[in-house]
Amino acid sequence: MTRRWQAILALVLAFAGLAAVVVGGHADLASVAFVIIVTMAFDTRRFGHGGAAVGIFSGVHLAAYFLIVSLSADSAGSPAFWLLVAASWVAAWSLVERLAAHTTADLGMRSAIRLIIPILFGVWLLILWELIVRGAGVPSVLLPPPSAIAERIAGSLPILWADFQQTFLKAVLAGYLIGCGSGLIVAIAVDRVPFLKRGLLPIGNMVSALPIIGVAPIMVMWFGFDWPSKAAVVVIMTFFPMLVNTVAGLSASTRISRDLMHTYAAGYWQTLFKLRLPEALPFIFNALKINSTLALIGAIVAEFFGTPIVGMGFRISTEVGRMNVDMVWAEIAVAALAGSAFYGLVALIERTATFWHPSYRT
Amino acid sequence: MRSSVGPVLVILAVIVAAWYAGAVYMNAQWQTGVFEREGVEPTAREFVTATWSQERPVLPAPHQVAVEIWQTTVEKKITSKRSLVYHAWVTLSSTLLGFLIGTGLGILLAVSIVHVRSLDMSLMPWVIASQTIPILAIAPMIIVVLAAIGITGLLPKAVISTYLSFFPVAVGMVKGLRSPDVINLDLMRTYNASAAQTFWKLRWPSALPYLFTSMKVAIAISLVGAIVGELPTGAVAGLGARLLTGSYYGQTIQIWSALFVAAFLAAVLVTIVGMAHRLVLRRMGMAA
Repeated sequence: MTRRWQAILALVLAFAGLAAVVVGGHADLASVAFVIIVTMAFDTRRFGHGGAAVGIFSGVHLAAYFLIVSLSADSAGSPAFWLLVAASWVAAWSLVERLAAHTTADLGMRSAIRLIIPILFGVWLLILWELIVRGAGVPSVLLPPPSAIAERIAGSLPILWADFQQTFLKAVLAGYLIGCGSGLIVAIAVDRVPFLKRGLLPIGNMVSALPIIGVAPIMVMWFGFDWPSKAAVVVIMTFFPMLVNTVAGLSASTRISRDLMHTYAAGYWQTLFKLRLPEALPFIFNALKINSTLALIGAIVAEFFGTPIVGMGFRISTEVGRMNVDMVWAEIAVAALAGSAFYGLVALIERTATFWHPSYRT
Repeated sequence: MRSSVGPVLVILAVIVAAWYAGAVYMNAQWQTGVFEREGVEPTAREFVTATWSQERPVLPAPHQVAVEIWQTTVEKKITSKRSLVYHAWVTLSSTLLGFLIGTGLGILLAVSIVHVRSLDMSLMPWVIASQTIPILAIAPMIIVVLAAIGITGLLPKAVISTYLSFFPVAVGMVKGLRSPDVINLDLMRTYNASAAQTFWKLRWPSALPYLFTSMKVAIAISLVGAIVGELPTGAVAGLGARLLTGSYYGQTIQIWSALFVAAFLAAVLVTIVGMAHRLVLRRMGMAA
């Protein structure tokens, strides 16, 4: 096993940090330097692959913990601090390299590594964000540290919940259901009439590329400030992807299966429900997934054009005006969480509904 | 397949007709009030033409929007603050700047993801997950925060467009750079090709169709980003600003004309990328 250059670099940085600690007299940072040096020793000695990984894993996070604790002391922002931040970052990087290079026949182990690496990446993004923003004293108007955002989320749960209710549970869900439902129904109707199919599809394809979000001010004018106007924007945004995808999906069934339905003397509706709609499901779910993101964007941006005094878009635009950037980040965190949970839910339903599809049968 | 020009035209005509009918229906209430106050008993014909020529209609008739677009594009000087060409140019310039930077960054990221295994395993899941996040919500903050440290004008809007166009390009290019079959990669190995040679002679050419497909998505979303980026700047210039001032002052005709110019812009941009797509593929002998 050759030594990785990240490990050597981490050691060099840690020793340099130790020297800076001695010169600058920040005794509290000495523990960080020692932890990193001991940790990287795990990488050089033959502790076996798993042992080294576990050792580095606990070591870098202990170092990160000491560094975060030291933020409240006056040693934050000193040269020793920055050297040790760099050292622990490079050490964490060597851990990721080690895990990524790890090859094992064990399937469970492999999927665990596939899960651990991105989580490590995300955690270290947060750690470095916290250390750099607070260590360098970046004004919180520019970029608040994650701890301040978490504190803000914990401190204003009722407001966030009310905004979430207004934007997501009312506008997004209502608009999404109506938009996707009507897109599906129109697609089935269009599919029956070849003339409509040839005329409407090019238009539908073009509309998907247009900045539909621009209808938001018109919808606000027509349906008032409350959530129905946002739902209307969502309906328009989700309708066309659904239409285009479903029409494509309805023609996905092969000639031979349609002939089979014909020999069964199946009527139009029987063929539709027993063959063509199930065959179209992967396409329909594709549209549902695209729409889950579009719907949230539509509702939030529509709120920039006027709302009652509640809603995620409203909160973002007003708190930005008042320079409460941590509140804006809190809303964005909620929106990100809601968006990925929504998407994940649709993907989960897709897995159970289209379990027969080749892409899930590996 | 027979030509679809006929059906498309028929359906467009139906849409325009429905639009005129809708204009009568939606503007009727206000118009009835006007006639009542004047004490006039309008004939049906007078009533309908009146609903099509209000100054601030609930739904402007198509010809009103067309006239407004004509007046604000052809008849106004381009330098005028009321010219839509001027506003469209403001939006277009930040769209293009953001699109170019975003595409460049997306390609760079994709290349490093394909070649560095730890990046692939740590970063790629986040790039995919970021597609499910409503990142457009971040737009007002970028504008205001960058303005707070003294960066205003073109760049903040371009940052939003960059941010939005970056992800589709990165995802599409990773897929594209991985698209060569194992058999072709093995062939390159038997030729003793270096990583750079494999990249330029095999991976890059086979990724180009993916690149253009994701660039079509990216340019459309860049335009959306630029328009949304213009909303919180206090509505200075650009199509987004026209939308916002229009909605403040109830100038529906202005909103609709800005909307149509934006749609036209999007269609032109996507068409240009599509043409470049066909041209490049034909030059490379890959045209279907």
